[in-house]
Amino acid sequence: MTFDPWNIAAFVLMALATYACRGGGYWLFRQIKPSPLIRAIMKYIPGTLFVSFVVPSLIQGGLQPMVGAAGTLAVMLATRNMALSIAGGVAAAWAVWLLK
Amino acid sequence: MTVEPVTFTAKGVRRGYIDCLPLLLAMAPFGLICGVLSQGVGLSIGETVLMAMIVFAGSAQLVCLNIWTHPPDLLAVTLATFVINLRMALMGPVLSPWLDQLRGWRVWGSLFVMADQNWAMSVSEMNKGGRDAGYLLGTGLAFWSMWVATSAVGFVLGAAVKPTPGHPLFFAALAVFVVMLAQMWRGRADILPWVIAALVSSAVAWLLPGTFWFIVAGAISGSVVAGVRDHMRDEKPT
Repeated sequence: MTFDPWNIAAFVLMALATYACRGGGYWLFRQIKPSPLIRAIMKYIPGTLFVSFVVPSLIQGGLQPMVGAAGTLAVMLATRNMALSIAGGVAAAWAVWLLK
Repeated sequence: MTVEPVTFTAKGVRRGYIDCLPLLLAMAPFGLICGVLSQGVGLSIGETVLMAMIVFAGSAQLVCLNIWTHPPDLLAVTLATFVINLRMALMGPVLSPWLDQLRGWRVWGSLFVMADQNWAMSVSEMNKGGRDAGYLLGTGLAFWSMWVATSAVGFVLGAAVKPTPGHPLFFAALAVFVVMLAQMWRGRADILPWVIAALVSSAVAWLLPGTFWFIVAGAISGSVVAGVRDHMRDEKPT
């Protein structure tokens, strides 16, 4: 079991960044009320963030992740079950991988 | 009308913990995927467990592991984590009817284990008239312990299968986000920000290959445009 100092530093910084949001947000917004504009913008952050992660990854990854994403979405729309959708997507990506 | 005072009891903590048990199974895949990914990028099991314990933020960990290098880009992972978790800054204040009545570790410890699912459960408990704020800590501890345990199990699974780069098993991390996007879709208002985010992030990824600014650039441009649009619409005199 090894602990690399750079990795530990990254975990600590990630933990601090996370707590700055979890605890810091509550603390800050107890002092000042967020303006309606800030609230309106933050409402859209989770969705746009995941789009910004997924779309470039699909473009870069090519056929395998694209088919996988289509499979995931299809199972999700049909069943609304998260675990099943992830499994379906991985199976679709796996099929492309085997055919190559 | 008199409102009952907010309490914080061991009974409340225990009830929160037990209420979560049926949901833990649904959450298991995320921890497993995170563990497999950690093993895949070359972290040790000790590092994997430490990360799960102190960060405890699934989406941020998955994104960071996807951009992990040796040594890690400290600025990139910190900034990515911060932006991904910004939503939590608005989650805490919703629970202020409870949190404002607590002191010390009861507030700051409860906030440490506040994640999307147990926050939602606590909000609904609070709105139903629940006055025992220990519920938030109990639900949080349930998810936290499951997160740490499944991360470790995922690491062991990854070490047993030893998936090579490009193995379809790694697609699971991306599938998690596709599933979350499907759940987050709220209707037509999301089209503009999502299209902008897709275009900007793809352009930045193409212009600055090998860096991870594309995530931040896409998220900020999309949400600022949509936020300003909604704000101007709401301000308009009718």
